[in-house]
Amino acid sequence: MHVSLRGVTRVYGARAGQPEAHALGPIDLDLERGEFFSVVGPSGCGKSTLLDVMAGLARPSAGECTFEGRRVEGEVPDGIGVVFQEDASFPWLTVRDNIAFGLRQAGRLDSEIQAQTLYALEFMGLKDFANAYPAQLSGGMRQRVCIARTLVLKPRLILLDEPFGALDQQTRLLMGDELLRLWRETGATILLITHAIDEATMLADRVGVMSARPGCFLEIVSTGWQKERDSTVVSSEAFGRLTSRIWTRLRVESLRSLGHVDQ
Amino acid sequence: MRWRDSALLIVILLAAWQLLYFAVGDVALSSPARTFQAAARMLGDARFWPHTRETLLAFCQAFAIALAIGLAIGLTLGASRLTGEVAEPLLVALYSIPKVTLYPVILLVFGIGMPAKVAFGAIHGIVPISLFAMNAIRDISPVHLRTARVLRLSPSETATKILLRAALPEIVTGIRVGFSLTLIGTLLGEMFGAQRGLGFLLMQAMSLHEMERIMSLTLLLVIFAATVNAGLLALERRLSPSAGLSDGPLARG
Amino acid sequence: MSKADLIRLAVIVFLTGMLEALCRTGIIPTITAIPPSAMVEALFKILASGKFNQDIAVTLRNVSVAITAAMLVGIVLGTLLQSLPAVRRIFDPLFATYYAVPMYAFYPLLIVVLGLGDLPQIAIGFLLAVVAVLLNTLNGLDRVPPVLLKTAQVHRLGLIRTALKVRLPFAAPYIFTGFKLAVAYSFIGVIGAEFITSNRGIGYEIAFAYNNFDNRVMYPMILLVLMVVITVNMSLHHWEKRLMERRLR
Repeated sequence: MHVSLRGVTRVYGARAGQPEAHALGPIDLDLERGEFFSVVGPSGCGKSTLLDVMAGLARPSAGECTFEGRRVEGEVPDGIGVVFQEDASFPWLTVRDNIAFGLRQAGRLDSEIQAQTLYALEFMGLKDFANAYPAQLSGGMRQRVCIARTLVLKPRLILLDEPFGALDQQTRLLMGDELLRLWRETGATILLITHAIDEATMLADRVGVMSARPGCFLEIVSTGWQKERDSTVVSSEAFGRLTSRIWTRLRVESLRSLGHVDQ
Repeated sequence: MRWRDSALLIVILLAAWQLLYFAVGDVALSSPARTFQAAARMLGDARFWPHTRETLLAFCQAFAIALAIGLAIGLTLGASRLTGEVAEPLLVALYSIPKVTLYPVILLVFGIGMPAKVAFGAIHGIVPISLFAMNAIRDISPVHLRTARVLRLSPSETATKILLRAALPEIVTGIRVGFSLTLIGTLLGEMFGAQRGLGFLLMQAMSLHEMERIMSLTLLLVIFAATVNAGLLALERRLSPSAGLSDGPLARG
Repeated sequence: MSKADLIRLAVIVFLTGMLEALCRTGIIPTITAIPPSAMVEALFKILASGKFNQDIAVTLRNVSVAITAAMLVGIVLGTLLQSLPAVRRIFDPLFATYYAVPMYAFYPLLIVVLGLGDLPQIAIGFLLAVVAVLLNTLNGLDRVPPVLLKTAQVHRLGLIRTALKVRLPFAAPYIFTGFKLAVAYSFIGVIGAEFITSNRGIGYEIAFAYNNFDNRVMYPMILLVLMVVITVNMSLHHWEKRLMERRLR
């Protein structure tokens, strides 16, 4: 197993004026190497917390998470890349320097840095904007910069937290295609968190449906798509069946998270 | 909570002072204990008060003038968009010049004595008061003006009930800064070419190398300035919760 | 040039013209002030003669030292304080009151401690400037978006490299504001101190000229100070705006 979670729970301790909050878990999950797994769930169910724990950005309160056989705890292991929902591009660096950032920090040779950066620029379609600053780009392009910056380090596990959340629908679909292309090219294991059911279903091999807070996996649905897929799967019959199954499961949870009584 | 932090700060400062004294010795510094004693003695000394009166008199006049002229200039310039745009760089430039270089000019115009001190103190205060007042008016959200029209208020009612209230916090910030700067200006004026006043006493003590005197005077001045500033800051916070926590006088523009 | 710029220029020209007229017609006597044109002429002569070049050099050098020291100490202390919120809270009242205190009142103290050389003036300039740098550094660091800190974590940068490669670069435009203020305050501090008591520097020469009723030296020197300070501050102000615009965030 590439990534393994056993009984992972995260509880936020009682703080001034706030009671203890059980944010996540318990979570049991196994990800195979090279798998594309997406997570859907109602707002506030702890999806982002799950990502934080898997990335080593937060410690689990109970249970353990392993990556490539080693325990993940407190610090980010080598080989993991993360794409956040908010724009994480560095405004003081050009697109090219943003992408090269990780390589420079790792002390790679200049020739290697140049080659890898050029490759990433071309792969993400950013070659014409190499010398622009993020402030001059649209939201979608800035996310591409962030993805390029992650990709260039050749991570074996890529975690994405609602990366297309701030984008419009058409751009989202196109970015989804790009993500699939990236996945096939790098062979990395991917975990994508999203609130959009169609996006989760269209992109992933398996979809984890999360309950309302504290988030646990209610069901994990296998999509059975071929590796060479793209956004056109949305027109297939299977797609409709899968999304409807997921939504049925999710609808109750969403209502619950909004405070309504069980329907 | 805040009181505890402030008390801790004072303890830290006193401790640092004491340590510095241990390191440097009597020649260069006076210990906290001795300084406080000397200050207390000074407050009881009859010869001290005429100088204090002189300084306070100069300061009050300077501040009054700074308030009147500063507010008048600021409020009128802020009323129109064009005048505000024209005036701001001028005021900002005036703000940043070392006004002490203008002191000789003032002395030449007013002659040595109280009027010069007052004028010098006043020019220190006029600039920030007018700058802040002007920006206070310019920053008034258009929504307030539209609300006034919807409520069909007369111009004077609009001015007093809405505009003034909206602009008040920033105006008070300017007054607070103006207060401090006017005090600094008045003192500065007395440190050069004066025969009376606390600034003069300071310079006299320096030329006579009287450490205790220098430090107790400085201590009293610091306590006075800090206390009044704290009071004005508290007033500001009452008017607007996010008021000037950590901006120095030149922090705007 | 916008309409506002034109009006401003017109105002300045008008006021200068008025001053010139009042001086030339004798309404303002020469012992009080000399006409602006005479000031400029005398300034050129003085600069050409090199008579006060040493003083100018001394003042500029002292100002530069004060600025550099203020930037170094301010940025380092600011970065340190930002990562120690408990300590920062304790010192907050100090920063809030700092600029209300008459810093010049410490000048006699500094002279006694540091002697009659250049150090007391540099010290005053430094003391005035350092807190502005510190506060603006704090402000900039406060504004670093959490997502960038998380990104630094993902890149496994560690505390110091995060500060150097992410936090400080992000805060750079705000630190530049601090620099702009440090320049203004250093000029005010150093020249003011020279004026009160010193034995060289532009401030000293102005005071000396005043004491000797030498308007033909005093006014040009005052003009020089004003011109240098205003030019430097305005360029920095302009630069600052450009830096902020590039960010847009």
